[in-house]
Amino acid sequence: MKLPFLPNHDDASFFDFLTVHHPELTPAGRRWVDSSPSLPEASRSGGAVTVPQATTVLAIKYQDGVIIAGDRRATEGYQIAERRIEKVFKIDDFSAMAIAGAAGPCIEMARLFQTELEHYEKLEGMQLSCEGKANKLGQMVKANLPMVFQGLVVMPLYVGYDHKRTEGRIFKYDLAGGRYEESDYHAIGSGGKDARNTMREHFRRGLAEAETLKLALLALYNAADDDVGTGGPDLVRGIYPTAKIVNGTGITDVSEQQIRGIYDGLIETRRSKER
Amino acid sequence: MPMPYYVSPEQMMQDKAEYAKKGIARGRSIIAMEYVNGILLAAENPSASLHKISEIYDNIAFAGAGKYSEFENLRKAGIRHADLKGFMYSREDVTARSLANGYSQSLGTIFSQEMKPLEVEILVVQIGHNGHSNEMYRISFDGSIIDERQFAVIGGKSDAVQAALKEKVPAQLPDLKAALTLCMNALEQTGNQKLSLESLEVAVLDRTRDNRKFRRYTSAETKQILA
Repeated sequence: MKLPFLPNHDDASFFDFLTVHHPELTPAGRRWVDSSPSLPEASRSGGAVTVPQATTVLAIKYQDGVIIAGDRRATEGYQIAERRIEKVFKIDDFSAMAIAGAAGPCIEMARLFQTELEHYEKLEGMQLSCEGKANKLGQMVKANLPMVFQGLVVMPLYVGYDHKRTEGRIFKYDLAGGRYEESDYHAIGSGGKDARNTMREHFRRGLAEAETLKLALLALYNAADDDVGTGGPDLVRGIYPTAKIVNGTGITDVSEQQIRGIYDGLIETRRSKER
Repeated sequence: MPMPYYVSPEQMMQDKAEYAKKGIARGRSIIAMEYVNGILLAAENPSASLHKISEIYDNIAFAGAGKYSEFENLRKAGIRHADLKGFMYSREDVTARSLANGYSQSLGTIFSQEMKPLEVEILVVQIGHNGHSNEMYRISFDGSIIDERQFAVIGGKSDAVQAALKEKVPAQLPDLKAALTLCMNALEQTGNQKLSLESLEVAVLDRTRDNRKFRRYTSAETKQILA
């Protein structure tokens, strides 16, 4: 029996539902591009794939959970394409994801992942476990692999609060969908290395919320200092990086006012060193 | 080759309808009622985990009476429809009207083409925003669709509950406590037995909540509302 409203589908995953019934809506659904004969040699040989990621996004654990933050710049070659882009997305009440890579597919994947988790929760009557969510995201990154050879990279950094372990968790991914858990902090994107260097110097286990937020913003500041692809605080336009706090009570946006306050202090300290 | 017996279409439809009605009347009733901040849904349900009322989308809830496996399937199809539409277009484009139409189509087709009709009656309700009014659709086993105001009843002795409510529903929208009391009284009156809070499933679509408006109340929370 086939009805428009009752597709024969029996799976709690929205992503799988799309893959079967509406493949054109999934990132993997563009796979037809893959079979075109005019493909560059690199994709068939599986050779070096350059990963254009002009971004810095990072996550740091603190005593009650985890803080995730990202800069606001999007680039097109040497041009700045967008000064206010948001790279940190709320996924559900207890998790968030930050992205590096091609903006379009990245935002699409964040939306799809949001729908995926909500869909599961409604169908099954309960939320996926933190680990389950992280694994599902890994499968979605894996499904995007054909697009990576076309240059459309999606690289997520995922954080969630694990109610069973009562702690925040950080997951990073590789292009093939491999999922790796970080114990303390991590940063990805072109300025990721610079941000990690800063965090390595200042990170301690069990940091308080205020200190952690300050460290996150400092790491982003240093990354913007050394990396052209990362935007620092734009004092003229009043554009600042964004941050979210994920803990046992849920997810909260850090207000722009608070971020501006921290940057004002930071910049003042830097300025005094230059005198 | 044996010839199939001839049954007139009228007879067949009537038999099917009777069969479906009997199945639906066996269960307990579910009430949806508008209150000040949205829509209250209350059902008599001895199970705490097999829900009759559930969330479909931001502003939309679903309730099913009759055969569990059948309305559970409809519920899942509705969630898929809503999530797909919300993903493809935008969250505000998901409406109870289109959902109710879809249900009506599916139920109608099954009723006329399948041997066994679905023994279900369902409710699709949506709360309105910014001056828009609430919407409540009751859809029967044969796909007929009825647009209700103030309150809607499905399943069990729905006519009796409806009659009991009709007398008592105030002209002004009641608050949550008053609405819940009305619903409980109506269920008790027609069920001829005392309702325990443990066997009552209560949920609301609350306009004052952010984003997803659906909220389920535990029996402890229900007690607090009534206190």
